Amino acid sequence: MSRTAVLLTRKTRLLVQGITGHQGTFHTRAMLDYGTKVVAGVRAGKGGTKVEGVSVYDTVREAVATKRANASIVFVPAPFANDAILEAIEGGVGLVVVITERIPFHDALEFVPYARSKGCTIIGPNCPGIISPGQSKAGIMPSHIFSAGDVGVVSRSGTLTYEIVNEMTRAGFGQSTCIGIGGDPIIGTNTVEALALFQKDRATKRIVVVGEIGGTAEEEAAEFIKKHVTKPVVAYVAGRTAPAGKRMGHAGAIIQGTRGTAESKVKAFADAGVPVAEYPRDAAALLGST
Amino acid sequence: MKFLEYKAKGIFARYGIPVPRGVVASRPEEIRDPPLRAMVKAQVLIGGRGKAGGIRPADGIAEIRDVAGRILGMDIHGYTVRTVYVEERLDIEREMYLSFTIDRSARDTLLIASSMGGVEIEAVPHEQLFMEHVPALVGLHPYVLRALTRALGLEGHLAEKVADIARRSYDLYRAEDAELVEINPLVITKDHRVVAGDAKLVVDDNAEYRHLEYAKLDQDRTPLEEEAHAKGITFVQLDGDIGVIANGAGLTMATLDILNLKGGKGGTFLDLGGTDDPDRVAQAFEILIKAKPSVILLNIFGGITKADTVAQGVKRALDGMHATVPVVARIKGVNEDRAREILKGVGMHSADTIEEAAELAVQVRRGGV
Repeated sequence: MSRTAVLLTRKTRLLVQGITGHQGTFHTRAMLDYGTKVVAGVRAGKGGTKVEGVSVYDTVREAVATKRANASIVFVPAPFANDAILEAIEGGVGLVVVITERIPFHDALEFVPYARSKGCTIIGPNCPGIISPGQSKAGIMPSHIFSAGDVGVVSRSGTLTYEIVNEMTRAGFGQSTCIGIGGDPIIGTNTVEALALFQKDRATKRIVVVGEIGGTAEEEAAEFIKKHVTKPVVAYVAGRTAPAGKRMGHAGAIIQGTRGTAESKVKAFADAGVPVAEYPRDAAALLGST
Repeated sequence: MKFLEYKAKGIFARYGIPVPRGVVASRPEEIRDPPLRAMVKAQVLIGGRGKAGGIRPADGIAEIRDVAGRILGMDIHGYTVRTVYVEERLDIEREMYLSFTIDRSARDTLLIASSMGGVEIEAVPHEQLFMEHVPALVGLHPYVLRALTRALGLEGHLAEKVADIARRSYDLYRAEDAELVEINPLVITKDHRVVAGDAKLVVDDNAEYRHLEYAKLDQDRTPLEEEAHAKGITFVQLDGDIGVIANGAGLTMATLDILNLKGGKGGTFLDLGGTDDPDRVAQAFEILIKAKPSVILLNIFGGITKADTVAQGVKRALDGMHATVPVVARIKGVNEDRAREILKGVGMHSADTIEEAAELAVQVRRGGV
């Protein structure tokens, strides 16, 4: 059976940048176990070796040429991540999932627009990745909490999403694709873009948006939903009790003056007719009433 | 990373941006050889200093020291003034505004300028703002600078000077990994100099490894936050009394929100991140215990995180510090049953869901359990 999904399907041929590191190796195994086609690893100087049975190459170009990789996942540490991401874009892959956290945003100011100019989609940085349950996973999320279904999930956070998805799965709401877009101020795929993908995707019938304080992504999402999204959407917003001026872990999660508050986001969703869950687990219940 | 005005001005000067002459002091008698027509300015990491009485004119060494003595020790919006900057008082002809900042929505850098300076930029009417995106891959080109100086109504030498300052500010913004470079006011003096009257600089925390010289800067942190930062632990002190620790920033925020809905108030935001290394967990817990919470609420949703090694770290910290603070734990993850056993062994309350855990924490705090 061939099913659609967003950005990542069972056909995606993934390469892992930073495959020889602890995280890279661990999650290569986990992704292989999930059924992801991990076709190559890249680590300069380690070409010709194997990790978890996956051939390692010195460059992205070799991995693409030899193994026809068309997507990459990046575990390379922050100081070297910009280089790795640019190499992936230049190497011709269409999707780059950046797991690495603490990348300076000035680097993202370069690789995000560069990727767009090359028709390459970036997810992240500082994200758990993307999973199309039952098909493929390019990320670090725990596979067992997901189940295949028709709900698209877009989220700025990792573990909070697991919490919500776990509840959805228990309540019988499987997922078409879950995109962890990342907690940084400059990200490759934003909430609006993820919504646009889900609106177009035939396998997605309903959408969950998991937002948090900081920036105006949720307000823009609400505006977009009003104009362009016909599928039912429910939301959750984290950080309702966060004080202004304090960075709540994520580089992007900070209330600056009156901007970025949870109230503003909740109100924007309400104005767009999007029910907002009070507790994370309620997102699943709200889906039931859509 | 935030910078006090005088530190920011030191960096601005390094990039060739004209700043007034000044001297810094933490006691009045330290002030030597100041500009004799001076502004004495409180150095705190918060805006609104002027209105709070933290910026005052003074002439001559005696008056300067007297005014400095009154500003030092002042409380400005909760910040104690420990340093003053005594600066040349400018004869102002005009005040303008100039900044470079990150525009998250556009995923780009935004140049903002206005002929209305010296006031909060949020208060300036939109039509009085010159705004232009400066893509990092394109850079700041002369045509933008020409448009900028035209919008500010400048010509000749003044236009050249302002364009030069804008170019240098952008170089600083890029090279120093800044989130914000702001000159407000950008002053044209009566003798036609262009000078940065104030200087605001915020540098991306994630870029600290490229700017190790800033690592020791006095930040807007409590001593305990400072200790956590030095250990690489994401920790924020809050108003409440219940110590909240979870894994992941979003989940930690959500845990605080849920606690609030259940009638409790979080006193800490501690994001354990993806670790299940007992040593790291113990370190984080030590910070948490030092914050003297009435109850600790631990919420771990670890699909991959090993719950039992997290529990070992918790036990180690509690034992090591002889802490008697009650702990309510909700742990999901690999080996969660073993984790519950370990935690039960040290008298911890456990719950299945965050909601239950939050309710329990509130009850324990009230002495009901």
